[in-house]
Amino acid sequence: MTDGAANPATSATARTAGTTPLVEMRKINVAFGGVHAVRNVSLDLHAGEVVGLVGGNGAGKSTLTKVLSGAQRSDSGQILINGTAVDIGNPRDAKAQGIECIYQTLALADNLDAPANLFLGRELTTRIGNLDDDQMEDATRKVMGRLNPNFKRFTTPVVSLSGGQRQAVAIARAVYFNAKILIMDEPTAALGPAETAQVRNLVRQLKEDGIGILLISHDIHDVYDLADRVSVMYHGEIVDTVNKHDVSTDDILGMIILGKKPGEVTAKDREELELRA
Amino acid sequence: MTDVAGTTDVAGTTDVAGTTDGAGKLPAPEGRPSIGDLIRATEIDLRLFGMVLALVVIWVGLGWANPVILQPVNFLTFSVQAASTAVLATGMVLVIVSRNIDLSVGSVVGLIGMGYAVFMADIVPTTIGLSNPVGWIIALALGVLFGALIGAFQGFLIAYAEIPSFVVTLGGLLGFRGLIWQFSGGTTVAPNLPTFNLLGGGPEGSLGGIWAWLLGALLSAAAVLLLINARRTRRKYGFPLRPMWAEAAIAAVSVGTILAGVFVSNSYHWPPGLATQYAVAHGITEPPGGLQIEAGIPIPLLIVIAVTIAMTFLTTRRRFGRNVFAYGGNPVAAELAGINTRWVVMRTFILMGILCAISAAIASARLNGGTLDLGQGYELYVIAAAVIGGTSFAGGIGTIPGAILGALVMQSLQYGLGFLGFNSPQVNMVAAVVLVAVVGIDQWNRRRSR
Ligand SMILES: Nc1ncnc2c1ncn2[C@@H]1O[C@H](COP(=O)(O)OP(=O)(O)OP(=O)(O)O)[C@@H](O)[C@H]1O
Ligand SMILES: [Mg+2]
Repeated sequence: MTDGAANPATSATARTAGTTPLVEMRKINVAFGGVHAVRNVSLDLHAGEVVGLVGGNGAGKSTLTKVLSGAQRSDSGQILINGTAVDIGNPRDAKAQGIECIYQTLALADNLDAPANLFLGRELTTRIGNLDDDQMEDATRKVMGRLNPNFKRFTTPVVSLSGGQRQAVAIARAVYFNAKILIMDEPTAALGPAETAQVRNLVRQLKEDGIGILLISHDIHDVYDLADRVSVMYHGEIVDTVNKHDVSTDDILGMIILGKKPGEVTAKDREELELRA
Repeated sequence: MTDVAGTTDVAGTTDVAGTTDGAGKLPAPEGRPSIGDLIRATEIDLRLFGMVLALVVIWVGLGWANPVILQPVNFLTFSVQAASTAVLATGMVLVIVSRNIDLSVGSVVGLIGMGYAVFMADIVPTTIGLSNPVGWIIALALGVLFGALIGAFQGFLIAYAEIPSFVVTLGGLLGFRGLIWQFSGGTTVAPNLPTFNLLGGGPEGSLGGIWAWLLGALLSAAAVLLLINARRTRRKYGFPLRPMWAEAAIAAVSVGTILAGVFVSNSYHWPPGLATQYAVAHGITEPPGGLQIEAGIPIPLLIVIAVTIAMTFLTTRRRFGRNVFAYGGNPVAAELAGINTRWVVMRTFILMGILCAISAAIASARLNGGTLDLGQGYELYVIAAAVIGGTSFAGGIGTIPGAILGALVMQSLQYGLGFLGFNSPQVNMVAAVVLVAVVGIDQWNRRRSR
């Protein structure tokens, strides 16, 4: 919010300034020994909004989102959900707040099949507390049918599925439980063109349903296509958060590579960019 | 058979049902199916199938070397001996599946066994009295509680204090064995309550005759009902079904195995001396040729059956078991999925402690007391049984029936070779070769199938 005030021209928060954001992350810091992976990062996300989070390798994107999903404790900073400060100490806390995450590493139990992975930690049971594997398989067939209609291997351990099929299982798991806040860390990295299109449609549909989505991707066009706003991270810090309509993909690329806002880029920087491109 | 109208009717209905299920779901295999295809259609674990075959080969070999070993009485002695390690092997599966190890089981068995003996020999006579009919139940309950506490203690150090299980349970292996000496004053403690000793089997500690048949019938009915129920729910959801003949084959094999087991155990009769004593005590006049009392299924074997069923249920049908496997497959994923992974790990050790108490009951009941070396070396046999049964040290893979079969393989070698006159160092060498070879073949198989 203070970021917005400082840069009224490119401020993206101004658009939704009136309403309370679904998520506000304030001055988050995470350090691993000497590596300051996330430095004073503030970010907000509104209901029905897709925020793209981009940056080079090791910029701190995954670490920042893990703080929100409870997978990583921050050293300092605050998280507010619907304006109320919350303490997210572990993944259970995050799920209780309606936060679901598709991890870059997928976080699947390789030895279990797709239904067991989809319901990992939230297994469906019968009245007397026995696992209801048939119901879980049925639900998995339905949700996978939307993501990857050709998928048939519901009783094989996911270790023997293809990379894209595994990713589909991870996505299915995140969307099945009616998340309010969805974090997608490189959700289409392993997907073929048809499956990527399915995921894009899914993102649009979830957005329409009023879900706030934090989308990390190295595919600038993917982000540009789906996101309302784009936050660029560089060496653990946010360079800027911009409204997609105010900038070009080249501007975003410049921010990712140089860590500078479009207005601050010098002629020398431009030369360098062209050399690299 | 065919002239009985009822039978034909049943067969007719089954056939119709079979064709309906098959229609449009499982395409008929082209040409003649191979044996492999047929086995695959039953969805039987090929590994387990191989182990059953190995057991058969072992026993055929033993019988060829000395036919006397195939007499029912030897089967029963063998199964009683295998019982205490088989019980432990089921728990070791869960411990290893969740990427831990428990080296302390032998010492914990010894400690709890000594605890039973001290309780029954020193405490019961002056408190609840030797003739109290529930004395053995109190002893067993205290043992189970004691085992759970030991497991909770070790499990806490492993899961919450994050000390490697190898270290904690190595400490347990040494420390608890030492505690047995402290506890007993360095001597054997005896006797147990006679009712408690029934847990160790023997002619009196068996479920014989009609009761064994009733139990067999009950288990058979349960097996068939489970199969029918599983098929019904899969059909309800429209999932692919096994072909009807495969279902029938599985049912027939299960029921056949159960009833054959009962038949074998009932074909052993009480030794004449004991039967005479029994006749005198109950005022029965012995018929010529002596009173024939069917021995039936030894109680330790009943305990193994009950533990196997309970542990299989726990691992495959309950959330706890699923979470153990999830943690073993990918600890990080389990944590990120919101599973309380520390509590899951701690519970595997609590469970192991409870199984130690059950195993200790069987072992000390057979000995009628607590000895200083009770359970010594169990850990190695139990770990070997779990590993032969397909449990992987990489975590996330293992089955309860596999571990039981593994324990049977280990004990068959142990008992059978001993019976043939090999000494125990020789037996150990054979067991060592089998252990390493089985795991080696398994590894080779997995690499090939990948
Ligand atoms: N568990 C950890 N221990 C130590 N350092 C870590 C850990 N996780 C991340 N880091 C470091 O923190 C920095 C940020 O990593 P992060 O994974 O957040 O980057 P990223 O933006 O997601 O990169 P990528 O695009 O490659 O996924 C990197 O320098 C990384 O080496
Ligand atoms: Mg990342």
